[in-house]
Amino acid sequence: MEKILEARGILLVYPNGVVANRGVSLEVEKNSIHAVVGENGAGKSTLMKVLFGMLQPQEGEILYKGRKVQIRSPNEAIRLGIGMVHQHLMLAPDLTVAENMVLGVEPRLGRVFLDMKKAQETTARVSEEYGLEVPVDRKIKDLPIGVRQRVEILKALFRNAELLILDEPTSVLTPQESEVLFATLRQLKAHGKTIIFISHKLNEVKQITDRITVMRDARVITTREAAELAEHDIAYLMVGREISFERLPPPRAIGEPLLRVRNLSYVNEENIRVLRNVSFDVRAGEILGLAGIEGNGQTELVRILTGLLPASSGRIEIRGKPIGALTPRQIREMRTAHIPEDRMEDGVAAEASLQENVIVDRYYRDSFSRGLRLLWPAISRHTQDLIERFNILAPSPRSTIASLSGGNIQKVVVARELSSDPELIIASQPTRGIDVGSEELVHNLLKEARDRDKAIFLASADLDEILKLSNRILVIYNGELVAHFQEVAGLTGQDLGPYMLGVQKEENVSGEVRS
Amino acid sequence: MEKFVLKYFTLIRTLIAVAIGLVISVSLIYLVSKDPGYSLQSFLLGPFLSRSRFFNLIETASPVIFCGLAIAVAFQARQFNVGAEGCLYLGAAVGTAFAVSTRMPAFLHIPLVLLVATGVGAIWGSIPGILKARWNASELVASLMLNYVAYFLGLYLINFHFRDKQAGYLVSYQLPQSAWLAQFIPDTRMHWGILLSFVCAVLVWMFLYHTTTGYEIRMTGFNERFARFGGINVVRIIVACQLIMGLLAGLGGMAEVMGIHRRFLWQSTPGWGWDGVVVAIIGRNHPLLIIAASFFLAYLRVGGQVLNLMSDVPSEMVTVIQWIIILLITAEAFLSRWRFRIMVRQAERLEEAR
Repeated sequence: MEKILEARGILLVYPNGVVANRGVSLEVEKNSIHAVVGENGAGKSTLMKVLFGMLQPQEGEILYKGRKVQIRSPNEAIRLGIGMVHQHLMLAPDLTVAENMVLGVEPRLGRVFLDMKKAQETTARVSEEYGLEVPVDRKIKDLPIGVRQRVEILKALFRNAELLILDEPTSVLTPQESEVLFATLRQLKAHGKTIIFISHKLNEVKQITDRITVMRDARVITTREAAELAEHDIAYLMVGREISFERLPPPRAIGEPLLRVRNLSYVNEENIRVLRNVSFDVRAGEILGLAGIEGNGQTELVRILTGLLPASSGRIEIRGKPIGALTPRQIREMRTAHIPEDRMEDGVAAEASLQENVIVDRYYRDSFSRGLRLLWPAISRHTQDLIERFNILAPSPRSTIASLSGGNIQKVVVARELSSDPELIIASQPTRGIDVGSEELVHNLLKEARDRDKAIFLASADLDEILKLSNRILVIYNGELVAHFQEVAGLTGQDLGPYMLGVQKEENVSGEVRS
Repeated sequence: MEKFVLKYFTLIRTLIAVAIGLVISVSLIYLVSKDPGYSLQSFLLGPFLSRSRFFNLIETASPVIFCGLAIAVAFQARQFNVGAEGCLYLGAAVGTAFAVSTRMPAFLHIPLVLLVATGVGAIWGSIPGILKARWNASELVASLMLNYVAYFLGLYLINFHFRDKQAGYLVSYQLPQSAWLAQFIPDTRMHWGILLSFVCAVLVWMFLYHTTTGYEIRMTGFNERFARFGGINVVRIIVACQLIMGLLAGLGGMAEVMGIHRRFLWQSTPGWGWDGVVVAIIGRNHPLLIIAASFFLAYLRVGGQVLNLMSDVPSEMVTVIQWIIILLITAEAFLSRWRFRIMVRQAERLEEAR
């Protein structure tokens, strides 16, 4: 087979000293779908940014169609015929599909004005050529993520991309949308295009790719034909050890409701109703999963539950005590822990040390301070203890958070929250963007907590996670609960998908339990 | 060697910046002076060549230390309150007014006057904090504006109510002796307020790094959302850090009046509040580094005075030189490419070792 792209011995070091690619080599055959898989932090995205000219490697060379090339910027990559669809889509939300398509290469009317008609015609033509339907004159912000992604793909094709790089394209999609994307990719292959597909979801990689490159710890471990590898092998190669996949046995007994939420509504500053009449209970000894595509009110719900945002109306009780007027600290004092969805924004102070980060909810307690004076030796000992118990990879309690990897930072957050001996745990996207090893650890910790009769509320956009951990599942769409699954045995992503997309909806859903 | 560079990068960068600044200064002096060798000597060695100049250096550093500490406490919480100048001025003016209108023994008078000045400074400093906490008003703008208000309020108070008409110029009455901070080395102006500035530096260091409130201030500065998430009362911290800012600045201004002039004689603001911003930045908001930075600034100032006095270099040029050096030190990105290259080389070496 002819190779379209070859990278040899790429070394890339970030300004903070992190080595993201160590002598990485990659060969991509023409007209194939090539997956690059690995845990987060393995260096996949970095490699793609190098191929697309967004990062300049310190060493190594790139050959495109057999010719040695220097890709100094994304523009040069596009000129060569390389297109990229980023994980976080790079479209202008207030412009229409057609306007986005021609952005930067606009057809002009009298040199100054955008020739809108021509832009729309062009868009329609490209869309037809590849059989990818898009609503030409709708604004991007009004479209679902899956369609936006299609616009990005078309945009690259319109710029004559022959090699298309997709960076974790399915991480923001529902199972149904992912299926559509896969169909699209097969179609593109039929049109003679080559696709590099980044992912850490094993089943989809197996499903659509021809060849698989596994990365771990900034290196390429192996490249194989997809047919040669079972899912299980890929996981083993990615992590470097065996991982268990089975779902857990149901817990022993479920206790009384610890958290009660009744008719909770929230209207934000722009006067948009973000939450509508949400009611549910979380009982001791259960994990209540909240499924939904990101941005459907989960963020606000969790912030309200933890006292970081005031509700507009409704009632929240912890052990029968209303918490509406309480501060975050008072709520924490009621033995509540909070694993935030954005660890860098809320979960840590990146420039502060590990020990300063783990005491933020407890520095004023007797074991860590006398009057005004902080007891650093005790704090250090406590931190060292957490480092060992939660298997955090850090040189010392005084290391800054910024010097740790994403998975380890999440472990720091989880270690702090779960070591406060909470009765109620509110976890939001607890494993987003972390490696499989850390993910397994976090999942096990949550399960353990449940088995010790803690009440856990788990909001996640990762369906596998929800299905794997939850005893009951609520689905949220557009600020409203649209489904309540009391039985999770046998449930699959396909069952939840239509609710998450808003295609299907049950009336007056509540997650209350009658006692 | 490379490990050493990475570890002490900021220090090395500062030293190199100072060196480059001096090279530029030397060239400038060569350009404007008829006897550059002598001028240079006056500038660089001048501050150490006589006893009086050396004590003059220490004396010059003292109010800058107070203001540097003040600014650092606010900056550590990432509150860009630059109101030290106003707090210092108004604190000293009201303190002076109180001192000249009361009579009591020294052991009471001194602490009470200091208390009044720090109290006024603290109240004045916390206004931008309260405005920020309540209405999210920019503390930078508010404190800048309040500096003017403080200046004219202070001026009004002294010139219209406490002006000494016997003195030939616009100054307040002299403070009663019971409110003087004694000068303790003969033939110098070394007074207890100078020692107080060092004590304050140590206290502020202990406060920031070894107390719960200091911890709260620093965490708010690192990441305000994180502080809130962890249960810290961020609103309280925003006000508290600016209150402490004003308190330290007021103390610095009053100590200067009580220890050196014994009258309020500033018809224009003395500018230490701004020096405080500079030394806080150079000293990266660390109280002990701020002492060093203040001495460096004082060294440039005294050297400049000597240069101005002893040579033909005009004082305008002296000021230009001072600010070039400061500019170079505060440029954060300076030499960052060099550091990056070292990091890459280190990574490659690590690679070979594996």
